[in-house]
Amino acid sequence: MKKINQFLTVMFVAVATLMSCGGNNNGKREAQSLSGAGATFPLPFYNAVFEQYSSVSGDEVAYGGIGSGGGVRNLKDKIVDFAGSDAFLSDKEMSTMDSVIHIPTCMGAVVLAYNLDNVSNLNLTGELIADIYSGEITMWNDKRIVEINPDAKLPSEKIVPVFRSDGSGTTFVFTDYLTKVSEKWASKYGCGKSVNFPVGQAAKGNPGVAGVINQTKNSIGYVGSEYAFAQKIAYANIQNACGEFVVPTSESISAAASGEIPADTRTSITNSNAKGAYPISTFTWILLYKNQNYSDRTKEQATATLELVKYILSDKAQKMTSAVHYAPLPAKAIELSLKNLKTITYDNEPVLK
Amino acid sequence: MSDKLFRIFLFIAACLIPIICGGIIYALVTDAYESFEHFGFLNFIFSSEWDYTEGNEQYGALPFIVGTMMTTFLALLFCIPFSLPVALFVGEYFKGTPVAAILSTVTDLLAGIPSIIYGLWGFFTLRPIIMALDISPEGSSILTASMVLSIMIIPYAASLSAEFIKMVPADLKEGAYSLGATRFEVIRKIVFPVAGSGIFSSYILAIGRALGETMTVTMLIGNTNQIPDGITATGNSMASIIANQFGEADGLKLSSLIAIGLILFLITAVINMIGKIMIKRARIS
Repeated sequence: MKKINQFLTVMFVAVATLMSCGGNNNGKREAQSLSGAGATFPLPFYNAVFEQYSSVSGDEVAYGGIGSGGGVRNLKDKIVDFAGSDAFLSDKEMSTMDSVIHIPTCMGAVVLAYNLDNVSNLNLTGELIADIYSGEITMWNDKRIVEINPDAKLPSEKIVPVFRSDGSGTTFVFTDYLTKVSEKWASKYGCGKSVNFPVGQAAKGNPGVAGVINQTKNSIGYVGSEYAFAQKIAYANIQNACGEFVVPTSESISAAASGEIPADTRTSITNSNAKGAYPISTFTWILLYKNQNYSDRTKEQATATLELVKYILSDKAQKMTSAVHYAPLPAKAIELSLKNLKTITYDNEPVLK
Repeated sequence: MSDKLFRIFLFIAACLIPIICGGIIYALVTDAYESFEHFGFLNFIFSSEWDYTEGNEQYGALPFIVGTMMTTFLALLFCIPFSLPVALFVGEYFKGTPVAAILSTVTDLLAGIPSIIYGLWGFFTLRPIIMALDISPEGSSILTASMVLSIMIIPYAASLSAEFIKMVPADLKEGAYSLGATRFEVIRKIVFPVAGSGIFSSYILAIGRALGETMTVTMLIGNTNQIPDGITATGNSMASIIANQFGEADGLKLSSLIAIGLILFLITAVINMIGKIMIKRARIS
């Protein structure tokens, strides 16, 4: 009985705290409920940031992790306030929609996890990864792998590559990188959310791929960094465009975006030529309509949406990225994004002053 | 008055099911049409190309049809040596005893286990064994998926077969015994010929169950979109390609996935129909 009472007390306090979070919007405008949908990759980060934003502003934010493709479709149908996407819209896609603004929110990477006995440090190059995934390198003790790993005791065993069986932004970033570093890969397999890998086996989602690697000796596979960091999986150092072998960390991922970025931030930063950059890094974006007056949205709703995005770009939110295993945006990307945010209008008036 | 109401209610309920079924077929056909139109119906079924490359999309269902057929029939093969003895044990040798009741309950229990649990068991227990035995370096294969699938369909095959074996008339068996036949001879010469088509139909229904199994197969088959070149190779099944690719699919790819769904629907429907017809025949004789 005593235990039940204690439990009830705890529950009551928890509920009371949750409810009290709702109300304080400083009296500026009415609390809004915003909805977004899209990429699953930044979901843990968005959950954390949106919750914090709600407690600061009083606005409720609902985000559905339905995949980048689904998010863009929802934005096209004008049923969400914003969409999340791991891939920026191509010029062709942009031309079929009303003007869309891309705002990067955080950075992540794709790491190559492996399962090798007695190997704690593995170096790989883009060329090698492309050859492993196209079945041209089949053994771990291949001359070319040994050459860049002189200290590792590589076994004379078959390599078991693992890839994603479901369509995924992770596959897109990974194959985008391979397309850049290997002409053979580009012409034969190309890049996309699903690619016809000729060898290996596939599993569903990051947990699926990580699970197969964890269980299968001599396997290698690509996994989203946010998942790999949280699970403490062994992953390889990848050679970047400057020739350095780089460990994926928050810093080296952020470094990938320290080079030139176009004004609309629509750029792939894989194989970045910046120093110390991890080469398979990526932005993830929030997509917004430039004209916020659509589908009966009020001006207050538009303001709330932009304040939310602005909050994501703030120092406070960016500092949270590493805690949930992402990397913060470099200052330049934030600067550009804040500028882009100011161009968003409601009835031809800028929403943010 | 209430009688009339009840009749109306029954009528609506009875109509609803065929309407829903028709609606599903209609939706599948209309959504799959784009793909059939683009590739041609036969070409879609017999093409083994599954290529996502934008601008040069090629979708053919053959690798998945082959994968589904291989896993299903291997599963059937593996399931017979377990399900048939169970059926004979429960339906003939220990008919009506507490041991038989326990065994049939346990077998039926297998049918109630969610498929994800079979998948987990296969992934964490069977797959490492396959790798340790050096059968396949990947561990995931047509064989692995079939083995787990066979356990899943045992209850379907066993309990229905047992029912048909129980139905074999006692006077036939007693006649054989009085002529000096042994138990084994009675089973071979009396029980199997009489209950044969019933047992056959119970396996047909088990196949129907194996065809559509998604989760377990996805976890164990390796999900590669090529025609498997052996039973220890990785492959993919119709249900599992749909489950895997549906989320991010649109346009032609979405239509092709729905077309695969339609083909799976047709195959399952035909096989179930054959099973139903066989059961009817078994009852009449």
